[in-house]
Amino acid sequence: MYEDLIGPFLRYGFMQRALFGSLVLSVSCAPIGVFLMLRRMSLTGDAMAHAILPGAAVGFVLFGLQIVPMTLGGLIVGLLVALGSGIVSRFTVQKEDASLAAFYLISLAVGVLLVSWKGSSVDLMHVLFGSVLALNDDALTLIVGVAVITFLALAVFWRALVAECLDPLFLRSVSRIGTPVHLIFLTLVVLNLVGGFQALGTLLSVGLMMLPAAASRFWTNEVRAMCVIAIVIAAISSVSGLLLSYHASLPSGPAIILTAGVIYAVSALVGTRGMLPTALTSRRHKTA
Amino acid sequence: MSNTCLEFRNLTLGYQGHAAVHHLSGGVQRGSLTAVVGANGSGKSTLLKGIAGILKPISGACVPGFRRLAYLAQQSELDRTFPARVTDLVSLGYWQKRGLLGRLTAADKIRLSTCLDAVGLTGFEKRPLDSLSGGQMQRALFARTMLQDADLILLDEPFNAVDARTIADLIVMIKGWVAEGRTVLCVLHDYVLVRDHFPESLLIARKPVAWGATSDVMTSENLRKARSFQEAWDEEAGWCEDDAGRERQTYGHDHHTHLPHQHKVAGHV
Repeated sequence: MYEDLIGPFLRYGFMQRALFGSLVLSVSCAPIGVFLMLRRMSLTGDAMAHAILPGAAVGFVLFGLQIVPMTLGGLIVGLLVALGSGIVSRFTVQKEDASLAAFYLISLAVGVLLVSWKGSSVDLMHVLFGSVLALNDDALTLIVGVAVITFLALAVFWRALVAECLDPLFLRSVSRIGTPVHLIFLTLVVLNLVGGFQALGTLLSVGLMMLPAAASRFWTNEVRAMCVIAIVIAAISSVSGLLLSYHASLPSGPAIILTAGVIYAVSALVGTRGMLPTALTSRRHKTA
Repeated sequence: MSNTCLEFRNLTLGYQGHAAVHHLSGGVQRGSLTAVVGANGSGKSTLLKGIAGILKPISGACVPGFRRLAYLAQQSELDRTFPARVTDLVSLGYWQKRGLLGRLTAADKIRLSTCLDAVGLTGFEKRPLDSLSGGQMQRALFARTMLQDADLILLDEPFNAVDARTIADLIVMIKGWVAEGRTVLCVLHDYVLVRDHFPESLLIARKPVAWGATSDVMTSENLRKARSFQEAWDEEAGWCEDDAGRERQTYGHDHHTHLPHQHKVAGHV
């Protein structure tokens, strides 16, 4: 038992790297996911993940399967799409979900065209589903850097982020920080998706962001606690997903996300704010 | 210090070139209590947003003579499902004083509980927002407004979805603010409340209909005028030229130089 749980991480360098990378990513992505969910932008993460693809594809077309150019490409295109849709929605009547859909669809179409034009379907699978078991030093450095930036930014802008979600009109009446904070937040989303892109691929990196966040909502009604719970769920998913993938010879990215999915389903059922407790206590009530 | 808390200079506010508040000029006296009255779509909320700086004027200006402003939007603008407690919402009122990073001092926290006590929400500190009733929510928002310690307070329909007892309590608080020398502008629909409690009134219907002492403003003649404005935008509406021949409505102040501008005129009162 002990051997099964700890052994793989002690024995293999690639497992240690995978563990370290996905744990750091969990700590960084999960709070971002919580704020995406609270801002009713849960699907934005998904759209942004698609938007990163063409950037990575340009890097891939120009330099082959290498992390630095693919990451930089993803970062640039992701920021362009995030800021572009953010600006369109702030300065026109169009809501952000529509402008983002437009931007990411264009981006995704270009990305798939580029990858299929230059690469084989195996390469496409790599871009789409990532390779947490092949994290090199560059990728680990990137993930740690993203996590550090995310935490610093969250610490500085926490109060503004909460105010922007809770009562945006009030914030606009007392401060001009609303729009910059929104754009900074979108930048953090892109940074974390790009960080996750290496480990889990474009399609699944959003899973580590949103599933733990969505699951945390079933356990608490306090933002800080939600972030902590989401981080714990993401970390547990990373460890169990890696072990699952090692023992059952499954692809690691989907294994991690599937574990997070199971935790989400369990939380939705038995979480303190989940379905079962709500149903069971519905007849009991206090007199005042 | 001048006695004017806020001055409108031929202010025109609107959306996409359509004027929602049209050529408003005049001043709001420091320490006055003014009701902003008008039908739905007459530009009341737009006016408050313009004063709060959330909406930029199409033309003209809103000249501030106040030190700090508190704006309480309609309740529907707030996300009540957000996982926050009452104290989290109310302590937002310290934003102007403490900013993005400043920590709340012990004195701040004491003042926060004093304000919660004043609105009758002692014991509600840890309650999540989604468990509050409409009236409790409005009390919490009034506590936040108190914390802002503003000398100009804008209230947008603060009595919506609030029962009579709470309205009475809130009006006492508003009068207390005025007694402290603060200036209050309040959008509301209940003419009885206006006549009973608000010394000044501004009646608008896209453009000012009447402004002054409530007894002079809330006449049946003025109210009839205010009802008959055209609510819908008219794409065919002509561009407002604001020619010198047409008499402009000015209250309490002389004519100000008029900057050239273009926005559509939809309906004349």
